[in-house]
Amino acid sequence: MTQVYNDLLKKTKEQIRETKPVEAADFVKQNRQARLLDVREKNEWDDGYVPGATHIPRGFLESRVEEAIPDKNTPVLIYCAGGVRSAFAAKTLQEMGYTDVVSVAGGYGAWKNAGLPTVKPQSLTKEQQSRYSRHVLVPEVGEAGQLKLLASKVLLIGAGGLGAPNAFYLAAAGVGTLGIIDNDLVEESNLQRQIIHTMDRVGQYKADSAAKAIAALNPDVKVNVYKERLTADNIEDILPNYDIVVDGTDNFETRYLVNDFAVKYRKPVIHASILSFDGQLTTLIPYEGPCYRCIYPDPPPAAMAPNCSEAGVLGVLPGIIGLLQTNETIKTVLGIGETLAGRFLLFDALQTEFTELKLRRDPNCVACGEHADIDDLLEQHKRGDVLIPACRITY
Amino acid sequence: MSTVKLPPVLRKLSAGAKQVDVEGNTIGEVLDALDRKFPTIKNQLLTEDGQIARFVNIYLNDEDVRFIQGLVTPVAASDTIVILPAMSGGR
Repeated sequence: MTQVYNDLLKKTKEQIRETKPVEAADFVKQNRQARLLDVREKNEWDDGYVPGATHIPRGFLESRVEEAIPDKNTPVLIYCAGGVRSAFAAKTLQEMGYTDVVSVAGGYGAWKNAGLPTVKPQSLTKEQQSRYSRHVLVPEVGEAGQLKLLASKVLLIGAGGLGAPNAFYLAAAGVGTLGIIDNDLVEESNLQRQIIHTMDRVGQYKADSAAKAIAALNPDVKVNVYKERLTADNIEDILPNYDIVVDGTDNFETRYLVNDFAVKYRKPVIHASILSFDGQLTTLIPYEGPCYRCIYPDPPPAAMAPNCSEAGVLGVLPGIIGLLQTNETIKTVLGIGETLAGRFLLFDALQTEFTELKLRRDPNCVACGEHADIDDLLEQHKRGDVLIPACRITY
Repeated sequence: MSTVKLPPVLRKLSAGAKQVDVEGNTIGEVLDALDRKFPTIKNQLLTEDGQIARFVNIYLNDEDVRFIQGLVTPVAASDTIVILPAMSGGR
């Protein structure tokens, strides 16, 4: 090291305060306002950092620190790899007007050697940074949000009209695990709206067909295929393994089954239904907002509830409503924005008109109300005793 | 007169009309007026003992009348009433 540098470092250290890693850790634990600042380069940060630290590389310190730590009286503990860059950084912060700055002596190396906690950040691969660059550019998503999406597990009930756009866009968004349950086969009459299926896959299971489309679109996505009907016998082997359920079924039996088990396992359900030109959707978050039974305690008689194969549906409608579901799912995973919890969104495709209604929790709800016995309700499902008069429709 | 919006499943009784204007000072009176216009429509929405069926929601503007005063909820001429039975389609 050169004489000038040595003198500069010595002089700098005389002008700042230093603290040992153990003392720094104690101080941060006891002072909730205190901030740990990591001034190393990104590649060093990527190898591990102190939990709770803010990362500003030394080269960007002056330009970024005021935004990250606006209050100049905040206690700031700076560390780098060995305690040199942090010493210079501490002096800079003092010159910028920060009143309570210390440099952690020995830096991250000494911190680690002292057995203090560290974390290793997950990061996107080069390929992922390219694939998801438009997400990463959005501050509300960013790299951290994209990593959340990649770690998330979403269960799609049905790979039909609503399931198709959900599956496609959730896969494109990089939702890491998609469960798809559907025991139907692809038919030609599905292709008018179920865009995840193709002519050459007519006759195949819809769940398999959707898995093939997803594999061709995004290899990051693991697809769990369930070629069976969701019942009280298999739902507990499937639903608890996922974070969020997207309800795209066409019958009330499954809708109530999904609702009741989702309440039990506290899984958000992104609910939607469609018919002709009309669609409706909401986000059901157990015990925070209403569940499906709060909205409709009982299903209607069959005459009041035709399904799409009986009444028809404009092909684009499940696309519109399905993607509104996807939007709800992604926001729920990321924890951003306002979901539709407590709101019923209706869409009239003929008028191009949205209507919003308020939804409330029902204190008398048999699934999530004040006196509800959810375990008993699930037992009734398992015994086949849940009275759903209108729903003996095959799907 | 208040405006009543009808769901797809009831439009066969209303000759395809999506919304109609009817008189009535309460939700119950509005349904009576609706039934006079489109006979039997009330039977689809109420139980045998005259309560709103549990698979139907009736919203006064954007509030579910179950959480207000049910059939005796007062209705003003400028109000919009949305009748919304549960819908199951997803395919």
